[in-house]
Amino acid sequence: MIALPPPKAEILAQRDAILAALRAMLPEDAVIGEPVRLKPYETDGLSAYRQVPLAVVLPRTTAEVADVLRYCNRMGIRVVPRGAGTSLSGGALPLADAVVIGLMRMNRILEVDYENRLAVVEAGVTNIGITQAVAGDGFFYAPDPSSQLACMIGGNVMMNSGGAHCLKYGVTANNLLGLTFVTIEGEVVRIGGEHLDGGGYDWLGLITGSEGQLGMVTEVTVRILRGPEGARAMLAAFDSIQVAGEAVDAIIGAGVIPVALEFMDRPCIHACEAFAHAGYPLDAEAMLIIEVEGSVAEQDALLGKIRDICARFAPLSMKVAQTPEESAAIWKGRKGAFGAVGRISPDYLCMDGTIPTGELPRVLRRIGEMSAECGLQVANVFHAGDGNLHPLIMFDANDPSSFARAEKFGADILRLCVEVGGCLTGEHGVGVEKRDLMGVQFSEAELDQQRAIKSAFDPGWLLNGAKVFPLVAGAHG
Amino acid sequence: MLTPDTESALAALVAAADAPFAIEGQGTKRAMLRPVQAAATISTRNLTGITLHRPTELIISARAGTPVAEVEAMLATKGQMLIAEPPSYAGIFGAGNATIGGAVAAGISGPRRITGGAMRDHVMGVRFVNGAGEVMHSGGRVLKNVTGLDLCKLLTGSHGTLGIITEVTLKVLPRPEATATLAVNAADFATGQRVLSAGLGAPYGVSGAAIVGHRALLRIEDFAESVAYRIAKLRQDLAEHGASEIIEGEASRALWRDVAEATPLDLAPDDAVWRVSVKPSEGPRLAAALRTAFDAKLMLDWGGGLVWVAGPATEAAHRAVMAAAEDGAFLLFRAPDALRAAVPVIKPDAPALATIARRVKAALDPRGLFNPGRMQAGF
Ligand SMILES: Cc1cc2nc3c(=O)[nH]c(=O)nc-3n(C[C@H](O)[C@H](O)[C@H](O)COP(=O)(O)OP(=O)(O)OC[C@H]3O[C@@H](n4cnc5c(N)ncnc54)[C@H](O)[C@@H]3O)c2cc1C
Repeated sequence: MIALPPPKAEILAQRDAILAALRAMLPEDAVIGEPVRLKPYETDGLSAYRQVPLAVVLPRTTAEVADVLRYCNRMGIRVVPRGAGTSLSGGALPLADAVVIGLMRMNRILEVDYENRLAVVEAGVTNIGITQAVAGDGFFYAPDPSSQLACMIGGNVMMNSGGAHCLKYGVTANNLLGLTFVTIEGEVVRIGGEHLDGGGYDWLGLITGSEGQLGMVTEVTVRILRGPEGARAMLAAFDSIQVAGEAVDAIIGAGVIPVALEFMDRPCIHACEAFAHAGYPLDAEAMLIIEVEGSVAEQDALLGKIRDICARFAPLSMKVAQTPEESAAIWKGRKGAFGAVGRISPDYLCMDGTIPTGELPRVLRRIGEMSAECGLQVANVFHAGDGNLHPLIMFDANDPSSFARAEKFGADILRLCVEVGGCLTGEHGVGVEKRDLMGVQFSEAELDQQRAIKSAFDPGWLLNGAKVFPLVAGAHG
Repeated sequence: MLTPDTESALAALVAAADAPFAIEGQGTKRAMLRPVQAAATISTRNLTGITLHRPTELIISARAGTPVAEVEAMLATKGQMLIAEPPSYAGIFGAGNATIGGAVAAGISGPRRITGGAMRDHVMGVRFVNGAGEVMHSGGRVLKNVTGLDLCKLLTGSHGTLGIITEVTLKVLPRPEATATLAVNAADFATGQRVLSAGLGAPYGVSGAAIVGHRALLRIEDFAESVAYRIAKLRQDLAEHGASEIIEGEASRALWRDVAEATPLDLAPDDAVWRVSVKPSEGPRLAAALRTAFDAKLMLDWGGGLVWVAGPATEAAHRAVMAAAEDGAFLLFRAPDALRAAVPVIKPDAPALATIARRVKAALDPRGLFNPGRMQAGF
């Protein structure tokens, strides 16, 4: 288990006074202090870690967020920002002496502007909510994390979330124009705007992906895009991971960049097929989901090119979706992959390293060996175009030794990712989960450099403590 | 001029320094922003060489002093390109052998920015020397990486004021097989801007949207059959906006090179140049205001949201640009030393952010060694 810093006794001792002060500055229904009502906030998508916070506040306006931050800063109270709480790295895990600031009530779409292809939304709007608001007019918001029904744009910004289609459309950072940002001092600052890069430091880029370490986001100006004329997915099945990896290289090497290029190994194919009945090939060791866009003729031409390339690698089978329903079924399996694995093993850890794609066969072989060594099953699903791996490690939460082995197995996979030239996290963030592995990827001087930048925004280290940076004396308040 | 030829020599130089430096690659953008107040110059021009190119991983790494042209030539051997199509601005600052580190430090992006992303979107990794003389890295050599604070984005476009970039890793893409441009006649900027918005709002993947003279230009790049199909569809969809022409192949490429380099501004030697970034629908208003204010020469890119402005190098003209930018952002791109030393050359940060900016600068360059005064007086 990863350690949380000891709570500040003087803050815990003032609990009643703090709740009273929060109630004085916010509407009655926006402050939660009763233990039973705090319980739902004790964890996020990394449910092995739980901690009930001191209090939860649910503000409805930027001004309320600023008031709470200003007060917490003055009192030296830690805060934990929260969106939907779907973080898989424990990014939204509370601390015992912290006030959780949940933005789920800031869920209004403030402006949609097709001429300038942008939307201004509050941080608590769900990812899918943005696309739903503009889909009727043929537009969409591109980054599409599998959690998109639940996760919120503020959380997406802070995690710089990706999705299955980011090979073509980029991740959250590539689809933003501006933010309303509130500093720990309670100052409301406009970052960026409704225009593209203006010169000056790229605060938008620094804040995106900062995991709640630098301040809070209350409004987001996102770019919206006109959807393509159409899209279609295909499956290609191979009898070895190695060969599937070579096919991926050959596709990209031929200058074809599909909108999505996803990879699953045998255990994952089986779990997903049992759940989605998408017609996945159960005889395969590895399967690719490849999606292309354009008019029907363009789709045919591109899928033809891709089929020709795959054919050179002796595929077991290839299947091109003939209807939108068939494409949807193919995606249902992929987007439900985590849930599908959850059906065969009640508990699993979802890892998130990135590797250079050329290292895929070696890394998956090594993961297989490690799985045998520690006696835990693993299913691999993988954004093949960009090297972002999601090994799902299955364990039994009722058996503490099983959880300890799973955590160690996960850490070993991430170390391997860094060793072959990749990184600890491609899209889920460091959070609490990978905090103590940061030294694998960064030198102590580099971590100090990042800490100094955090201190520039949050001199008292009150924002989202115990996350991202390894605990050291003096830091984390 | 100090021209260390290894990263560690550069780091040692900085560690031992006791006075500020101007930082440059080949110095081709020396005349951009404010004149630097430093007696000595450090150049990265001797830190050269492509260190990694993995075509199937869409990645290239090069030391900071490597010429952009050399990186592009290497990519071309594998049918690839830099996505941000960084212009040389030779017509604005004079010809030179711009370095890749300089292009990243200056955050330079061409017309593809509107849908393909800016330079900052494609910087996957940087190595740099901070003001304490320590070698740092951020990001890496993979396409997806959210580990720790994203200093790649902070360093990109920081104009050498936060660290000396020694090596960059960029995402690259296949060079499109074909390209074509739809040129729609447009009586004025307002009409042209509506054409661009209509084109960008159509489902054909437009990758360039500019107004030059009385023509709104929309670019499509893809496989040949796709380009042929999409440009015809686009023309059909936009028919109501005015007469149009399709420009193909090399003629289309030349057109966009000109847009990237802002050649149509037709600069006089003593013209000042500004770049103003606004929401695209605001471009025509801004253009009209500056035409009234000082008969500005104008060109619109990025769907109408990037307004290139040329005019007299006076404080009055600069004030007019700042005022007209409103919620957008301005940048004094070229001007004589006297003017660029006297005025804010970049839109100043709001006060709360300015305080943070000073602390961030101190975190990276505590002794204020790097490019003092380049982006802001006394900074
Ligand atoms: C089944 C499942 C599938 C997933 N699939 C993907 C995927 O495909 N791609 C992907 O990238 N991720 C995925 N995730 C991870 C997760 O959904 C994302 O990280 C998401 O962006 C988190 O959003 P959230 O609203 O739940 O934020 P939370 O989990 O509530 O918070 C995330 C982090 O941001 C901070 N934060 C939240 N809101 C704010 C704010 N307004 N201001 C400041 N800080 C804030 C929190 O403190 C925390 O550190 C998945 C998760 C699950 C459970």
